[in-house]
Amino acid sequence: MIYMDNAATTLKKPDEVIDAVVNAMKNLGNAGRGVTEASLDAARTIYDVREKLAEFFHAENPARIAFTMNSTQSLNIAIRGLFCRKDHVITTALEHNSVLRPLYACEEEGVELSIVGCNDKGKISYEELEKSIKQNTKAIVCTHGSNLTGNILDLYKIGEIAKKHGILFIVDASQTAGVIPIDVQKMKIDVLCFTGHKGLLGPQGTGGIYVKEGIIIRPLLCGGSGIDSFNRKQPKDMPVALEAGTLNSHGIAGLGAAISYLNRVGIDVIREKELLLMWQFYEGIKGIPEIKIYGDFETSMRCPIVSFNVGDIDSSKISDDLSFYYEIATRAGAHCAPKIHEALGTKEQGAVRFSFSHYNTKEEVEKAIKAVKEIVEGYRE
Amino acid sequence: MRKKEMRLIVTFHTTTDAMAMEKLCKQNSISGRLIPVPGSVSAGCGMCWCTNLQEKEKICDFLEAKDLKVQTILECMI
Repeated sequence: MIYMDNAATTLKKPDEVIDAVVNAMKNLGNAGRGVTEASLDAARTIYDVREKLAEFFHAENPARIAFTMNSTQSLNIAIRGLFCRKDHVITTALEHNSVLRPLYACEEEGVELSIVGCNDKGKISYEELEKSIKQNTKAIVCTHGSNLTGNILDLYKIGEIAKKHGILFIVDASQTAGVIPIDVQKMKIDVLCFTGHKGLLGPQGTGGIYVKEGIIIRPLLCGGSGIDSFNRKQPKDMPVALEAGTLNSHGIAGLGAAISYLNRVGIDVIREKELLLMWQFYEGIKGIPEIKIYGDFETSMRCPIVSFNVGDIDSSKISDDLSFYYEIATRAGAHCAPKIHEALGTKEQGAVRFSFSHYNTKEEVEKAIKAVKEIVEGYRE
Repeated sequence: MRKKEMRLIVTFHTTTDAMAMEKLCKQNSISGRLIPVPGSVSAGCGMCWCTNLQEKEKICDFLEAKDLKVQTILECMI
């Protein structure tokens, strides 16, 4: 199989990630539950990974990073735990349902929501975003990179806007963490939500949330914390405030190994390789008359994603042809991103998404281009 | 059986703070180890740093120098 659905999850992981998980499963106890060596080893492993992530995202200190099971959980923690009735929140049409659905749930409870639209290239207007800010605006919640088009949002610019107006800046880094550098302090990000299993190359079931010093989030979950057991409420100190229950120390150990791999290889090197493959694919299919590609390809700073359609053929049909006849894994349909599909007019048709990993090769991309050409040819007949 | 003796105890609000303490102490050859918080001591986190009383000044200077978050520093018969 040629796997080109890395925006959904990176299938190929570094061997050291797998080894770290296996080793953790053989040796780690429950972190923070007692002071046996097994428990301490789990706590030490988790702390090391917290440190690595804090360094990776330039957080003030490791305690500002809480572990979650994925971006969705992180976003729910942030969105459900920061807003109250009559607060106004701004988001964009590029968002995944992991942002939109928690916001819609808040809307039902009296939070006011504005969604900044996008143009036919899937780009938002930063002026429109700033103009949406009102007296009761509490936050801007947005993705760093669209999971459909691969377009990147300028977080420096949005962070400046948020700071200028004294509102919170919450970022969904699902598509970019591990691919594009993120500096929470320079980008003026208050809350960063990330998953471990995509660009970070860690196991599924890992992820996290960075919360800037001074910001208090109402916990989504309450429960065992290993500390302050006679307190009826979830302890307020980070990170335990957002980490009720036993942590996934096995997965976290794998995530730590993945961060070490990314640091060793370099995310700039990884991104360069992925973008090279993306451009190879883009150039290879863009001239096919029936193909319509979505997104902004006039910039070099983007996620390694190419989404397209073939005439008016259902995207799931093309994706299935790729899978069944060529063993090429892609993703069709709505990609859990309804607003951008509405904006691009692809609500019914969906889109075929190719998303690349640095583990993919030029030869695989050549095969993918050939496959797309043959499939298109087949529909002409 | 080990005899009870006065020891220096450093307690923490969270496991994360305790881990930061242990890591930095190891890196800087500061003596002591993490133990369960004695029943007579009230602390947020269930583990505390335990070391010799003579280390008190050194530990206090170290905590300040490294900006480590602790809950209390106390002497305890354990």
